[in-house]
Amino acid sequence: MVKALNLALLQEMERDPDVLILGEDVGVDGGVFRVTDDLQRKFGSQRVIDSPLAEAAIIGTAVGMALYGLKPVCEIQFSGFAFQCFHQIENHAARYRMRSQGRFHCQMVIRMPYGGGVRALEHHTESEEQFYAHVPGLKMVIPSGPRTARALLTSAIRDPDPVIFFESKALYHAAKEEIPEESESFPIGRAQVVREGRDLTLVAYGAMLRVAREAADVLQAEDGVETDVVDLLTIAPLDRETIVTSVGKTGRAVVIHEAPKSFGPGAEIAASIMEGTFLHLEAPVRRVTAHDVSFVGFAREKANVPDVARVVAAARETLAF
Amino acid sequence: MPRLILEPRFHVEYLSILDSEGNLDASLEPKLPPGDLKALYRAMVLGRRLDERMVRLQRQGRIGTFAPIKGQEASQMGSVFALRPTDWMVPSFRETAAMIWRGWPIEKILLFFAGYVEGGQPAPDQHDLPITIPVGTQLPHAVGLAYAAQYRGDDAVVMAYFGDGATSEGDFHEALNFAGVWHVPVVFICQNNQWAISVPLKKQTHSKTIAQKALAYGLPGIQVDGNDVLAVYVAAREAVERAHAGEGPTLIECVTYRLGVHTTADDPTKYRAQEEVAAWEQKDPLTRFRAHLEKKDLLEDGVEQRVDEEIAEAVRRFEATPPADPLAVFDHVYAEMPPHLRAQREDLARWLREGAAPGPAATPTPPGATPMRGQRLTRR
Repeated sequence: MVKALNLALLQEMERDPDVLILGEDVGVDGGVFRVTDDLQRKFGSQRVIDSPLAEAAIIGTAVGMALYGLKPVCEIQFSGFAFQCFHQIENHAARYRMRSQGRFHCQMVIRMPYGGGVRALEHHTESEEQFYAHVPGLKMVIPSGPRTARALLTSAIRDPDPVIFFESKALYHAAKEEIPEESESFPIGRAQVVREGRDLTLVAYGAMLRVAREAADVLQAEDGVETDVVDLLTIAPLDRETIVTSVGKTGRAVVIHEAPKSFGPGAEIAASIMEGTFLHLEAPVRRVTAHDVSFVGFAREKANVPDVARVVAAARETLAF
Repeated sequence: MPRLILEPRFHVEYLSILDSEGNLDASLEPKLPPGDLKALYRAMVLGRRLDERMVRLQRQGRIGTFAPIKGQEASQMGSVFALRPTDWMVPSFRETAAMIWRGWPIEKILLFFAGYVEGGQPAPDQHDLPITIPVGTQLPHAVGLAYAAQYRGDDAVVMAYFGDGATSEGDFHEALNFAGVWHVPVVFICQNNQWAISVPLKKQTHSKTIAQKALAYGLPGIQVDGNDVLAVYVAAREAVERAHAGEGPTLIECVTYRLGVHTTADDPTKYRAQEEVAAWEQKDPLTRFRAHLEKKDLLEDGVEQRVDEEIAEAVRRFEATPPADPLAVFDHVYAEMPPHLRAQREDLARWLREGAAPGPAATPTPPGATPMRGQRLTRR
C-alpha cells in the first residue's frame, strides 16, 4: 500500500504544480513509512518540505497555502499526534469556506497513519477517525488496500474540501494488490459493496475490511450464510444510501471498527440504518469495536481490536435473533 | 573546552518619533506627502468614531459583542498604511480601523458583529483574511500565505496582527519559527495593549520586551511607540521593504494601550486602576497626531463631521439588511452539498414552511426492499 500511495502523490504532483507536500521527515527521509520516498529528489525541497517539528504549524501554514490557492498534502507522522493540530483542522481548515462565505476554501489533504497491529507505543496505535468525522466541513477517508488507497488519495488531492486521509499501518506493507498504471480515482463519499449476499450486512473500513471479509468467508463455509460486505472508504460524508440499501435487503447488520465504541462511526451507522430502513430490520444492529479505553499496549491489543472470531460470534447472534 | 559567553550581537531597537507631548524627532520623521498624513488622520478618526458608535449600537442591542479598538488606532493605521492592496492582511479580532483601510465596508463589519456570517466575506479581489477569533491561530496562516506567494514568485508581503496575550500561544512561536526557517515575506504586528482581558503583560511574559522574542527565531524584532503613528509607520515600512527585498520576516511590537473594554462583555474596573487608564489617556495617539498636523497646517475642518456622516450612512445600509435566511446555513459547508446536508436542508425548509417535524429518514427506504419484519421468510 505504501507504493500505491507514493504513486498517487507522484502522479498528482506531475499533473498539478500547485500540489506540494509538507511534514516531518517527508523529504530526505521519504517519511517514516516511506510514503513520500524519492519525491523530494524529483520535485525539490520547495515542493516536498521537511518542516520543523510542529504539527499545529504544519497544518496552520498549509491552511495559509491553501487560502492562497496551493493544494498542500500534509503528513502528520502518527494520528496520535494530531491533537496538537486539531485546533487548526477544526477551527480553520474545516471552516474557512463557511467563514469567508465561499471566498476562500482549503483544498488540502492531511494524511495520517492510524490503527494498531504493528506492536507500537502509545499514540502510535490509536484509531481516532470519529473526531474528524464529527466536524462539519471535513471529509474523512480511510482506504482498505493499495488500490483504494491510490484511487482515493488521488481523489482527495483533487477534492476542493479538506480531506483527512487515514492510512492503516497494518496495511502499509501487508496489503498487496495489482493496481493500474494509469491514474485512477474513486469518488469520495461512496462506499463499495465488495461481496454480495442476502442474509447479513457487514460494514467495515480500513484494516477492519480484511477482518470483515474473513468473517464472511467463515460464515459462508461454516454456516452457509451469504454476506454483503460494505467497504465504507469514506467515513464522512457517510454513504448512507449504500448501507441502507444493503441492510434493507438483508435485514441484519454488524458494524466493525477499531475506534472505541461509544460515539464512534458505528453509532452513526446504526442510527442511519434505523432512520433509513427500520421496518426492514430483523435484528438490532450490532457493533464490534474496540472498547471505550484510550490505550492498552500491544501486549493486550488482541483483546481490544476486533478480530474474525468476535465478528463471527456477533454475526451468529444477529442471525439467531 | 572553556565555558564561553556566546556574546550574540543581538539588539532590540525602540523607536519613537512623535512623543505624547507632541515633540518631533525631525531626523526620524518619514517623508510622507500631506495627502498621506491627512488620510492617516482621517482613518484614525474614523476608527475612533466608529468604535464609539459601535459601543452604543451594542448597548442598544443592534449589534452583538465586539472588541473595541480605542487607543490602538496608531498601531493599526501606521502598520497597515505600509501595505499595497496586492499585499495580504491577516487580522485577529481587534483591527477595525486597519480592516476599513483595507477595503472592508463598514456595514460588513457591523453585519459580522450582528451575527451574520456574510460579514466575514472578503471581496473577490481583496487580499484579506476574515476576522480570526481563536487567539494566535491566524499566525501560521500568514506564514503559509507568504510561503505560497514566494513559491508562486509573486511579489506580495503578508502582515499579521495579534495581541500581547497571543505571544503566550504555541501558534505564535511555531509561526515565528517556521517564518524564520522558511525566510518568508511576513511582518508580524503585535499590538501590545498591556492587557489580555484581565491579565497584565507582566503575568503574560517574563521577557522585558515582546520584540526580543523574534531574536530566538533568527529574525529582527523592534519595539515602537504604538501610539505614535509615525514611528509605527516607519518600522512597518522598513519591515515591508525588507520582506519585498527577500530579506525575510520581522516582528514589530507596538506598545499601546486598550483604553476601553476587552469586549463589550467585559468590565475592566474589576482588574485595573482608573489612574492607569488616565495616564494612558494622556498618551492618546489621536491627540498627538492632531497637534502635529495642526503645526503643519494640515488639519482640515470638519473631518469628524464627515466621518460621522459616513458612519451614519453605513449604519443605515446595515440596518436595511434583510433578515437572515436560515436555509443559507447549508451553503458553504462543502463545495458541493452532500446528501445528508441536502436532507437536513429539506427538513429545515419543511419545518419553516409547514411546522413539520424533522423527517425520520435521512435517506429513503430503497425501492424493492424486502417486506416488513414478520412478513419475510428468514432462513433461521
